[in-house]
Parts: sequence; structure tokens; C-alpha cells
Amino acid sequence: MDRASDASLKSYAGVGGFVASRRHPAFAWIGVILVALALIALPFALATIGTAWVRITNLAILFVFLALGLNIVVGFAGLLDLGYIAFYAVGAYVYALLASPHFNLHLPFWAILPLGAAVACMFGVLLGAPTLKLRGDYLAIVTLGFGEIIRIFLNNLSQPVNITNGPQGVTLIDPFRIGTINFRNTDTFAGLAFTGPIKYYYLLLVVLVVVIVINLRLQDSRIGRAWEAIREDEVAARAMGINTRNMKLLAFAMGASFGGIAGGMFSAMQGFISPESFILVESIMVLAMVVLGGMGNIWGVILGALLLSFAPEVLRYTVEPVQRAMFGRMLVEPEVIRMLLFGFALVLMMLFRPAGILPSATRKRELEGGRTNGVQGAAPR
Amino acid sequence: MTTTSALPAESPGASLLVGEGISKRFGGVQALADVSFDIRRGEIYGLIGPNGAGKTTLFNVLTGIYAPDGGRFTFDGQPLGGQKPNDVAARGIARTFQNIRLFANLSALENVMIGRHVRTRAGVFGAMLRNARTLAEERDIERRSYELLDYVGVAARANDLARHLPYGDQRRLEIARALATDPKLLALDEPAAGMNATETASLSKLLRAIREGGTTILLIEHDMKLVMSLCDRVLVLDYGKKIAEGVAADVQKDPAVVAAYLGGDVALHLKGT
Repeated sequence: MDRASDASLKSYAGVGGFVASRRHPAFAWIGVILVALALIALPFALATIGTAWVRITNLAILFVFLALGLNIVVGFAGLLDLGYIAFYAVGAYVYALLASPHFNLHLPFWAILPLGAAVACMFGVLLGAPTLKLRGDYLAIVTLGFGEIIRIFLNNLSQPVNITNGPQGVTLIDPFRIGTINFRNTDTFAGLAFTGPIKYYYLLLVVLVVVIVINLRLQDSRIGRAWEAIREDEVAARAMGINTRNMKLLAFAMGASFGGIAGGMFSAMQGFISPESFILVESIMVLAMVVLGGMGNIWGVILGALLLSFAPEVLRYTVEPVQRAMFGRMLVEPEVIRMLLFGFALVLMMLFRPAGILPSATRKRELEGGRTNGVQGAAPR
Repeated sequence: MTTTSALPAESPGASLLVGEGISKRFGGVQALADVSFDIRRGEIYGLIGPNGAGKTTLFNVLTGIYAPDGGRFTFDGQPLGGQKPNDVAARGIARTFQNIRLFANLSALENVMIGRHVRTRAGVFGAMLRNARTLAEERDIERRSYELLDYVGVAARANDLARHLPYGDQRRLEIARALATDPKLLALDEPAAGMNATETASLSKLLRAIREGGTTILLIEHDMKLVMSLCDRVLVLDYGKKIAEGVAADVQKDPAVVAAYLGGDVALHLKGT
């Protein structure tokens, strides 16, 4: 029976080389240390410009979480989800309701965050289960509807029993606390002032590293390959014994959990949430981050999220002074310019880098398919 | 064939897959009508018939892509009814497709590694934690996949995209991917289609080697030379009905088979002469 034994074991070069080639030890570690130092120093550098910039950075990191979570669903498993922000909302509300005067509950964050992830995960399965047979446009429409349903529920669940407090939202949400360290206050360690946002920044940085590692590992695993197989050819994937139903649900659940955790942290950082924060445009924004950066490529998705998070803020702070200097008054609102540049960027992207700024190897091949045009021609034997 | 000593408890010649009265209808078309057959362990079983005879439909019903309207399969002593394609693969039936369905944008190696999915266990937590067991399993998947690529003869192109492989190699890669699921029955849908004589000869060698390794093969094929030289027994379908089953040489002479392939009149003429 053992086919392995009679197959000759010649070409083995690639087996170990795959892992080994990833790091040229010395260079890689110096690089990692430099980047780490830069990231550790970053909030203090930003704080000299203004604490607002630390907050903006924190929100950008939250969007990186969201984009990475959505990337599991869209990039890995190939399921177009237009209602992803709903899971962010679920996570945010779970945290808000369990750590605020609204119900007079003040549970610690380390208990609520996993709970928020679990509830979001459950909603992920809830969305996934009825949509298993849908693909492409149809799936997009259902998920879009789902996102709206969640938002409308949050808006209206103030009657007959006040659960979400409706459009007024939930206020005075507890910040994170670790021992006596409150993430809203400023503490001074070793002569450095650690403001609230700076503390959140470090926390987010730690979580970010964990999230990136999890994503990289998922992609390069049995599960990640199963997702890729489903994206490439669902019929063949099933014929190869992949339980496509479970794998799709898993993709929805994993993506949703990331959204849930990001939502919980958003709640704690902002101290106030309302349904306004979870509108359709936010879903589309996260999807745009994934697509712009490069669907399926974790580093591309991170880049996309950072670009689209920072760009509007940079514009907000530059458009007005520039116009005043040039014309003496403000002609065009930053918001308008933002949308203009946004559309322009998307057009440029579609023209020059259709697979995203940092495309995943697979997507790149797919979109360049026209040039090599498959198999028929090439048969050098 | 008595070369199947590698199967201890399972005596060669005993039934591996039995189909009884399999029927499938698409609207007004009776694609399969009451088809019965019996595939024995360790044999290469041919499934032939003119275009539209229902061969691929039988494959699809067998592998769970369609549910049969009537009849039942018994595989390896257990019923195989109404199971999903992935369950059928888990039971030990692997297939290839008439119009190659590789994961075109993944490498040849990745294609085969995906075939190992059903025989491996690592889940989300294994993937996230990368514990010793998961790592060992990953190494095992990669090693086995290289072996299979080597076995079918495409190891040199392990890192090429599946769709950049020459046509013959794609066919072979699909076989390697199917073998990665450790099948008891390997179902091949026209593996020699579009191959030249040299490629067909080497495919024939590969299929023999797979059978010697203890895997039973079910083969749809139009290349009669290949079928006659390779298959122990064949089943002939025409318009969804079984018209003959038996040893290849006998079936070839069967008037009903000749009629199906050449048209009734010709068969009558042949009979007359």
C-alpha cells in the first residue's frame, strides 16, 4: 500500500529550503530590531506634533485589525463581504454594555474582549450559515443587508426594553485598566509622560503583532490552503475532501472575531459609541483597504489600511493651510478633496496595479492571466 | 490479477464498489437508467460509451456531486448513499475531471498538499500555535506531496503554477492530487484526452504502477487502444443504459457495443458478412 516507499526520493531541495529562505538571520534581526525601536519611539514623536496624531494612529491600527479580519474572508476564502463593519459594531456594543453605567456593569476588559470576539464570531456563523451557497454579487448583497440589519437593530433596540440606548449611543464606557494603571489617565514613568492614547498605542501594538502572526500562520497552514482551494475552485475543493461548508463558516467566524476584538478596543478608547460609527461606508472603507493594499497579501492589506486611515487626516491638516496660502481663503472643503483624491487613486490603481499596491503572489498571477493565457500553447517536451 | 498481495485482509477479486440500479434524470433526459456494475479490488475497470452515454454523470453521481434518483452504491462493504463529495473523498474515492480542474493559480506542490487535507487534522488552533504536532504534520504533508509529484513525474515543476504546466503534466498533477487523498478507488475521467502517443504510453505505465501499488482504478476513456490494453474489465453505457459488461476482449466483439459505436446498420452489415 505504501506508495511512498517505492517512489524514489530524489528532488527534495525545496522541502527545508522553504522555511530556511525566509530569514537571512543577521539582516532580518537587525531589521526587526530597528523597526521595533521606531515603533516604540513613534508615539512620543507624534505627541510632539499633537496628541491627536497618537489617537489617529491608534484608530489606524484598529482599521488594520479590521482589514486583516476582512482579508481572511475576502482575500483568503474569496467570499465578498460588504457588511463586515457589523462585527466591529457587535464587539463594540458588547464591550460598551458590559463596561458602562448603562447597565451599571463594569466587567474587566480582559473578560469582555474575548466575550466580544465570541459573540461576533457567533454572528459571523449566523451570517455565514444561510449564505453558504451564495457567491460573488449575491453574497455581497446579502452581507450588505446583514450589515444594515445590525445597525438598524442597534438604532432601535431602545424600546420596549432599553438595551442599546438607540441613536443616543452608550456613553461613559470604561477605559482599560491593568492593576492601578488606568488607560485614560496620564502616568509618568522614568520621566516620560505616558498619556492615555500612548498607553493604548502600546497595547494596540502588542495586539497587532499577535494578530499579524496569527494571520501569517493561518495563511500558511492546512486551513489556509483549504481556503485558497475554495477560492480557486469550489467543486474541485469538495472533490478533494475539503468540507467547504465548515471551512467557509470558519472563515466568517475568524474574520468576525477579529472585528469583534477591534470593536471592543474601539469602545474602550472612545468612551462613547453610537450606531453612527457603523454605517455602510465604513464597511466599504475596510473593503477598499483590503483591495487597495492587495487582497490576500497580509503586508499589502496592512499598508492599504494605514494609507486609507492616514490620508484623510493628513488632508484635513494640510488642505486648509495650503488653500489659504495660495488663494487667501478656503475654496474646497477637505472632505470634498478627500473623495476626489480617493476616486482618482482608485482609478490609477485599476490602471496600473489592478491587484493592489502589494499584490499577493496568487492574485497577481490571476490578473496577469491574460498575458500568459493558460496552458494550451506551452508544451515543450 | 493476483499481484495485490499488499492488501492483506481485503482479498483481491472481492467487490470494492457495487452499483445497483443507478438512475439519474435531468428533466426529460434519462442520463442513467438502472445501471448496475461491480468493481473488484485491484482491477482497472473501464467505463466506455459514445459521447453523451452518461459516463461522466455516473462519475458525478458516484462522487456525490449529483444525488441519484434511484439505486445505491456499496463501497468497501458500506453503503455510499447521498453523501457529499467531501465525505465521498474521505471514504476513499478520489477523482479527476474531464476538463482539468486544478487550483490553477497555486503551485503544483500546493495542489497536491491540498489533496492531503482530508487525511490530516490540524485545525485553527494548531495553525495559530504551531505546536510540535502541527509542525510534524506540515512536514509530513510537504514530504508526501513531493513524493507524489515525483511519482507521477512532475517533481521538477513543483513550484510552477499549475496552469503553467504543459497539458500532459496537468493531467498527471491532477492524478497526484487525487492520490494525495489516499484513495482506495481512483476515478479518472478521460485522463488521456488530448495526449499524444508518447504521453499516453507513459500515462498507461503510471496507471499500471498505481494499480500495482494497491489502488483500484475506474477509468473513463475514449482511447480504445488504451482501454483494451489497460482495463481488466469494462462497462459500456449507451443512452444511459448498460449495454455490456465484462472482459475487455469479449465486450469489444459484442454486437450491441459495435452498434452503439458505429450505428445499428453497420452492425447489421458486419453481422451479415
